[in-house]
Amino acid sequence: MIPVVSATFTRQTFRDSMSVSFTVGMYGAAFGAASVAAGFSVLQTSLLSLLTFSGASQFAVIGVIGAGGSAFSGIATATLLGIRNGLYGMRMAPILKVRGLKRIVASHITIDESTGVALSQEPRGDHAMQAGFWFTGFGVFIFWNLFTLAGAFGAQAMGNPAAWGLDAAVPAAFLGLVWPRLLTISDRAIALAAVALAIALTPISPAGLPVIATAGLAILMGLNRKSVTDDE
Amino acid sequence: MNKLWWGVIGTSAAVFALKYLGQSIPEKYLSHPKIRSINGYIPIVLLSALIGVQTFTEKTKLMIDHRTLGLGVAILALALRAPFPIVVISAAASSAALYHFS
Repeated sequence: MIPVVSATFTRQTFRDSMSVSFTVGMYGAAFGAASVAAGFSVLQTSLLSLLTFSGASQFAVIGVIGAGGSAFSGIATATLLGIRNGLYGMRMAPILKVRGLKRIVASHITIDESTGVALSQEPRGDHAMQAGFWFTGFGVFIFWNLFTLAGAFGAQAMGNPAAWGLDAAVPAAFLGLVWPRLLTISDRAIALAAVALAIALTPISPAGLPVIATAGLAILMGLNRKSVTDDE
Repeated sequence: MNKLWWGVIGTSAAVFALKYLGQSIPEKYLSHPKIRSINGYIPIVLLSALIGVQTFTEKTKLMIDHRTLGLGVAILALALRAPFPIVVISAAASSAALYHFS
């Protein structure tokens, strides 16, 4: 599956890919623990990491359903978060140039990290970008799933999530995911607005809806923004 | 089949469909600046909303409890540029400590 590339740039690309893969894989332990704490079985937790394989979407579906939301609101929230994987695919397709089974595999590993490493290899050329994509995609897949299993079994052994602080570890993990995205004042303002809106809606709407409703904030902000780069 | 299984299967199918769609349709169809801009805000609002709901609510009630301390510690850890595992573990430890005290 990995294209043949010359060894000179592959070693550095491989090193970049593996360091990203291992670091990100550790988030899998947080996901595994959170998923079991939310009421999912170890099997369901592992299947989410194997089949969904997109961290934010996975955290969203277990978060919404775990808080009492319907399957529909869980899936809808996860799907909104999965849209960016589609945008990454559009960015990567002209570089990867794959069809058939290879395209199916490439699609599955089209995530933040594989796309990020691939784009970071741009100065080394198309072959390095392809190598970075495949190395990182497979690397994260392996570590993410191994750590998921470890986290899930760990949480299962613990019992009461609150006694071990797992109920606070989950929002802390979300915070760790969103923190690097809060680059500008308006990013921070919209994040706080989303927290406030979701909390305010909770007593008056069915579980799961308060989270999805905040997508309206993103649409409002996005439509009113003059250009993509004006506050960066 | 219960809602947990629907969640697992539905999410996996939907996310894969989006990934495959992205690899298969020309970039021009979704590269409008406003779509990109909205898409940039989507993770921020949804993850922030999840933080709010999971920290300050229990079913349909609002509450401030041990989880609030955990989140505060996580914010502090991130402000001090702590790595991800430290952020999560320090939040869990402080929350668990308060849970046992109260």
